[in-house]
Amino acid sequence: MKPFATLLDRLTYTPSRLGKLTLMRHHFQTGPDPERGLALAALTDGLDISFPVRRVIGELAEGRFDPELFRLSRDYVGDTAETLALIWPARDAPDPPQLSEVVAALATLPRARYAEALAGWLDRLDAVGRWALLKFLGGALRVGVSARLAKTALAEAFGRPVEDIEEKWHGQVPPYTELFDWLEGRRAHLPVSEAPVFKPLMLAVPLEAADFDALALADFAAEWKWDGIRVQMAGGRGETRIFSRGAEDITASFPDIAHAFPHHATVDGELLVLRGTDIAPFADLQQRLNRKSPSAAMMQKYPAHVRLYDALELDGEDLRALPFTERRARLDAWFARVRPHHCDLSPLLSFASKEDLRAAWQGTRDEGIEGLMLKRRDSPYLAGRPKGHWFKWKRAALTADCVLLYAQRGSGKRSSYYSDYTFACWQGGGDARHLVPVGKAYSGFTDEELMRLDRFVRAHTIERFGPVRSVEPRLVLEVAFDGIQKSSRHKSGIAMRFPRIARIRWDKPAGEPDEEETLRPMITS
Amino acid sequence: MAKSAASWLKPVPAGLYCAPGDFFIDPAQGVPRAIITHAHSDHARGGHEAALATADTLAIMRLRLGEGAPRRPQALAYRQPLRVGDVTVTLLPAGHILGSAQVVMDYKGQRAVVSGDYKRAPDPTCDPFEVAPCDVFVTEATFGLPVFTHEKPEHEVAKLLASLTDFPERTHQIGVYGLGKCQRLIALLRRAGYDRPIWLHGALRSITDHYIARGQNLGPVPSVAESHDKLAGEIVLCPPSALGDRWSRRFADPLVGFASGWMRVRGRARQRGVELPLIISDHADWPELIQTITDTAAPAIWVTHGREEALVHAATAMGRSARALNLVGLEDEGE
Repeated sequence: MKPFATLLDRLTYTPSRLGKLTLMRHHFQTGPDPERGLALAALTDGLDISFPVRRVIGELAEGRFDPELFRLSRDYVGDTAETLALIWPARDAPDPPQLSEVVAALATLPRARYAEALAGWLDRLDAVGRWALLKFLGGALRVGVSARLAKTALAEAFGRPVEDIEEKWHGQVPPYTELFDWLEGRRAHLPVSEAPVFKPLMLAVPLEAADFDALALADFAAEWKWDGIRVQMAGGRGETRIFSRGAEDITASFPDIAHAFPHHATVDGELLVLRGTDIAPFADLQQRLNRKSPSAAMMQKYPAHVRLYDALELDGEDLRALPFTERRARLDAWFARVRPHHCDLSPLLSFASKEDLRAAWQGTRDEGIEGLMLKRRDSPYLAGRPKGHWFKWKRAALTADCVLLYAQRGSGKRSSYYSDYTFACWQGGGDARHLVPVGKAYSGFTDEELMRLDRFVRAHTIERFGPVRSVEPRLVLEVAFDGIQKSSRHKSGIAMRFPRIARIRWDKPAGEPDEEETLRPMITS
Repeated sequence: MAKSAASWLKPVPAGLYCAPGDFFIDPAQGVPRAIITHAHSDHARGGHEAALATADTLAIMRLRLGEGAPRRPQALAYRQPLRVGDVTVTLLPAGHILGSAQVVMDYKGQRAVVSGDYKRAPDPTCDPFEVAPCDVFVTEATFGLPVFTHEKPEHEVAKLLASLTDFPERTHQIGVYGLGKCQRLIALLRRAGYDRPIWLHGALRSITDHYIARGQNLGPVPSVAESHDKLAGEIVLCPPSALGDRWSRRFADPLVGFASGWMRVRGRARQRGVELPLIISDHADWPELIQTITDTAAPAIWVTHGREEALVHAATAMGRSARALNLVGLEDEGE
């Protein structure tokens, strides 16, 4: 428990991705089995622990602590579980419980004895250990580590590509002892899983201007780039799983699609919310993504759909070595034959010239389309992000001129810089004309620009509120964004999607930025 | 005695006033006669005419206050009774920082003790706290909540050394209060076998030199200004205000730590953007506060500054007559 507690403790305080990777790598390399595997489970798919933490904490606190002192402590600390971990009397316990001991006990323990068991474990732990145990039992660790990041650390720890881990992952179960045996070379093969497994995705690289110039149009197929999320549907042996781009199993959120796909096939496509033929705004899809087991009403209100564009395996045959055109032809034929529900095909587009292609790219403002995809006709299906095969060409961003209003200190490497910027547009006319915040951005500028922005903020501060400064409204920022949506949470009534700083207009007077009204027509939902 | 104790020692706007001795203890403003428990600025204000304190406290006050130092300082050694007016005053070690003292006052067969700031945990840079049984014990309550149990300092130092191994490419920039915490952390690192230079921000220089002059063996403690290097993998100590400030840009991807009892609570550490919280405190934690109330056997407990409410509640539950004094101007400068 102690190495796990130390790991969680350090992870919560370490902001940088690299730092988190370092900490996890060390843990996976040095930890004993099965403890490190249980830690890995806690950081990825979880352990399916249903421990009523809040109720048990309530039971433990009552009678053990002076209620007034517990209340004062809770008010100060702000979190009940942390309060319990801190207020619990320290005993010099030489024998802290292992994660495996806790997991094994929970499998057989009657609920009525939870409080007693937890008290026994807390007695044997120090403050950090008690905090980590309560977090572990609560299920969601919330230490700023995604499943993908934990798997990346595991891959780095044993010098393997993360795709290897992901390909094996869904056949493995906690505490992942066989996976560690395989990673450390004590086992040559892993047993083949009965269930459908994730196959690493082929990813696209952004199309640069030079790529476009060098592009031989005849070698490439084109498709719309859909504004949903990339998924892999893998069906076989009476079961279908849906995986996100990050290899996360999201089947539970989309039972409607999974149940409607009783096919022996692994296909690649875009998950969308579709009403009739209209693609719903991305926010609607988010409603579904946030729900682990959606209600029937939810599924009816936000009908999910997969728009297919590639096939990795059909009827048990692995197609990944075939060229794109061949795979696509097989996909079309298979689709025509089996007619899968809640699915359609992403149409292939044809362009007579590069000028046509560019015009189509520039013209895309339709709901649900983010730009164009260009795929080399003769490319096999390659895991990872190979160069020169698939290109994504996002439609040109929208831009608006805004005024810098507030700046906030960044974190980690940027903690000495004012690097998060809130910007505003003009609203109202005549005497009522005033600036109203429309968004916040913290990217899009170079290190040199950051230093200059930081100096500007310090030199033009009006007021300070902790880490935030309000600045004289005089610096114009050209902000790029992917879209604007109505929002009741923002004073201005609008919210930008993916705002970033496109240019800093050191030259432009602040009286000239855009009116909020000029942004309104850009609203798409 | 509980009732009459209040009659000769009372909280007034300027601070705690002892009438038969005609002096204030740690007053918040300049007074004709003061007794100073220790040299932290919320206890040792400038502008006093006469001041009684330990020699170390007076020396540090001169370093920190310059012109504002007491015009007529009077040094008193620990355990030496001194008649002040009708009161006998004795200073006893408080274990807080170098020179820190409890003020013991005997008057007409009654004894009141003002703890100043104190701790019971061992500290290689100052004399350990001594218990004085008394009738009235005036205690601090900086960490007066049962969630505050400080970790063993050795454990926290080990955490820092482990981080140096994990992240040898990063400068470990640790925020410390300049008087007490800074020198204690250096001494703890030396005891843990760390013998590399420990780099100091300029503001920590004079007090640290005073500790060295008083016989503390702190090893090499050069100033950051002497280095032309980014100090990757080294320990740099600085005042908390310099953390995440422009001064820190000279270092290699600084990993920010903070040595303070407040680091026990995650929200406090996150609020400050601390990546490596070190729970090292120069104040009594909750178990020490309760233990000391028991040890002094004082029937009356007066709580001066910090989280008074919980300690008053606990002391009352222990059968003591407890009250909060609500003195102004005392903060937690030493933490």
